[in-house]
Amino acid sequence: MTQPILKATNLVKRYGRVTALDHCDFELYPGEILAVIGDNGAGKSTLIKALSGAVTPDEGTIELEGKKVSFGTPLEARDAGIETVYQTLALSPALSIVDNMFVGREIRKKGFMGSALKMLDYPAMEEFAREKLSELGLMTIQNINQAVETLSGGQRQGVAVARAAAFGSKVIILDEPTAALGVKESRKVLELIQDVKSRGIPIILISHNMPHVFELADRIHVHRLGKRLCVIDPKTHSMSDAVALMTGAKEPEAA
Amino acid sequence: MTEPTNPQPKGQDFERVLGGSDTRVASFAETKRTPVQQIQHILHSNPTLVPVIVLALSLFVFGLIAGGRFFSAFNLSLIMQQVSIIGILAAAQSMIIITAGIDLSVAAIMVLMSVIMGKLSIDLGVPTPIGILIGMIGGIGAGMMNGWFITKVKLPPFITTLGTWSIFFALNLYLSGAQSIRSQDIDEFAPLLKFFGHSFDVAGARITYGSVLMVLVFIVLWYMLNKTAWGRHVYAVGDDKEAADLAGIRSDRVLISVYALAGLVCAIAGWASIGRVGSISPQSFYEGNLQSITAVVIGGISLFGGRGSIMGALFGALIVGVFQSGLRMAGVDVLWQVFAIGWLIIIAVAIDQWIRKVSA
Ligand SMILES: Nc1ncnc2c1ncn2[C@@H]1O[C@H](COP(=O)(O)OP(=O)(O)OP(=O)(O)O)[C@@H](O)[C@H]1O
Ligand SMILES: [Mg+2]
Repeated sequence: MTQPILKATNLVKRYGRVTALDHCDFELYPGEILAVIGDNGAGKSTLIKALSGAVTPDEGTIELEGKKVSFGTPLEARDAGIETVYQTLALSPALSIVDNMFVGREIRKKGFMGSALKMLDYPAMEEFAREKLSELGLMTIQNINQAVETLSGGQRQGVAVARAAAFGSKVIILDEPTAALGVKESRKVLELIQDVKSRGIPIILISHNMPHVFELADRIHVHRLGKRLCVIDPKTHSMSDAVALMTGAKEPEAA
Repeated sequence: MTEPTNPQPKGQDFERVLGGSDTRVASFAETKRTPVQQIQHILHSNPTLVPVIVLALSLFVFGLIAGGRFFSAFNLSLIMQQVSIIGILAAAQSMIIITAGIDLSVAAIMVLMSVIMGKLSIDLGVPTPIGILIGMIGGIGAGMMNGWFITKVKLPPFITTLGTWSIFFALNLYLSGAQSIRSQDIDEFAPLLKFFGHSFDVAGARITYGSVLMVLVFIVLWYMLNKTAWGRHVYAVGDDKEAADLAGIRSDRVLISVYALAGLVCAIAGWASIGRVGSISPQSFYEGNLQSITAVVIGGISLFGGRGSIMGALFGALIVGVFQSGLRMAGVDVLWQVFAIGWLIIIAVAIDQWIRKVSA
């Protein structure tokens, strides 16, 4: 079997008395879409935050392409090619769409203005941002320089997804990327996910939307009480099997 | 449940109709906004507009009341001189308030560094440029100390700088022996310290180098805040620190750099203050901290962070200067100047709250 591109072993994360991750294992294989499902509070967001450097696990190891990594900040994970859309989106409301898309990887002007005066190249950034948002069918946004806080919830989610899809090179993590989206916009995001997959980049998709999960996922990681309960194949399991497993109505078959 | 092995890859049943969906792009119904909402939106995207309008109006009104004397080039340049030191402090304060912080120690850093520059250059015989350089480095150090407590020890900026205000003030009294350095001594041993008090005349206006310095400081900081990645990060951190961290900003570093730069700007204000005051007094500018905050708030920079342009603080400082000069010329008692500034602050914050309510 191929080696996982991203692998976590025995992750533990405690918040005071709450154990959000309880000796959790995780594997993501090259080129796949892995869905992560589980009840509210099961620890899904904590798991992906540990993978993306946003929280430091108390115990356990993480390996990227077989090499042990420990990301102290999201920036380190991002530099390693892991791009994440957090459930909270992590956008700066008062900044413009362009500023948000390029935060931490701004494009500078060429020549003296850029190298000595560090001037940003807004025309270049705007063009790129416009292109990425159009791909998502999100050009319902009139002005690429408008503040993110003047966008609707769905439009904001679109900006966050476009940012991750545009820059992710090894792994893209999406924590409930369609939660606030309309039918049409959700469809665009799902198409984008498949598009990213066809570029060979594996995706971790957290979602409560079973039809979406079953439509896209190659494998489904069922998360329960802070750990991986089992991994199921959407081709051999039904949605009701998945729901029964994640809610504890059914135990996984002994493998 | 349905079997998931549906070979139809193009979405769910209910989504089939999407093919025929409207492809028009939403255009915001601009006409549906009331005039008041439109104003709110305009102010939201141009936060400096309010102070600019207030400045223009107050110039106009005091021009009417006090007549030509007020509008003379000489008086206007005098207002610039009078606000220059508080203006430079307000520039430092603006950066910090944009990060959703506050710095109560700006004036204390300024006075401490002016005392250090004076002591070194005059009493200890250090060459003046080196004395000034050490003062600048001291300003950076003082600012970094604030930044370190705020980010690494995680103390609230208000408490940290309340503490360092006292510390810097006490150090300043200790180093100076609570004695002023006299103007004649500065002229004799370190005239360079008074550089920013010198002036040149243009068309009846007397412009000090200190006034020019204030404008330069604002232009440079405006450029850094608006045209560089660092500046965008400063806004992002002030807006929502957690989001900024997740988005890949090292917000602690950004914060420390802001406090350090603010410290440097305070030290620059310290140098300029020697020219403005003429002597070096450890007791001067005791209200400078609050006056700098006043200018920032009147300038439309939100105390909640992430919003407002540093240029607003320049206009805020000028508004205060125009009010003081205009009311003085109109023969109004000083206490009413203070009264008027108080109302300006309250109205400015109320307007900020109202602008922030704007939503899609
Ligand atoms: N910063 C935090 N401080 C304290 N407790 C936390 C924190 N973040 C998460 N928790 C706790 O950890 C547990 C797992 O939370 P997590 O957000 O990972 O769940 P989730 O599976 O993503 O849920 P949802 O489906 O609602 O998004 C919860 O009990 C939550 O209360
Ligand atoms: Mg979650």
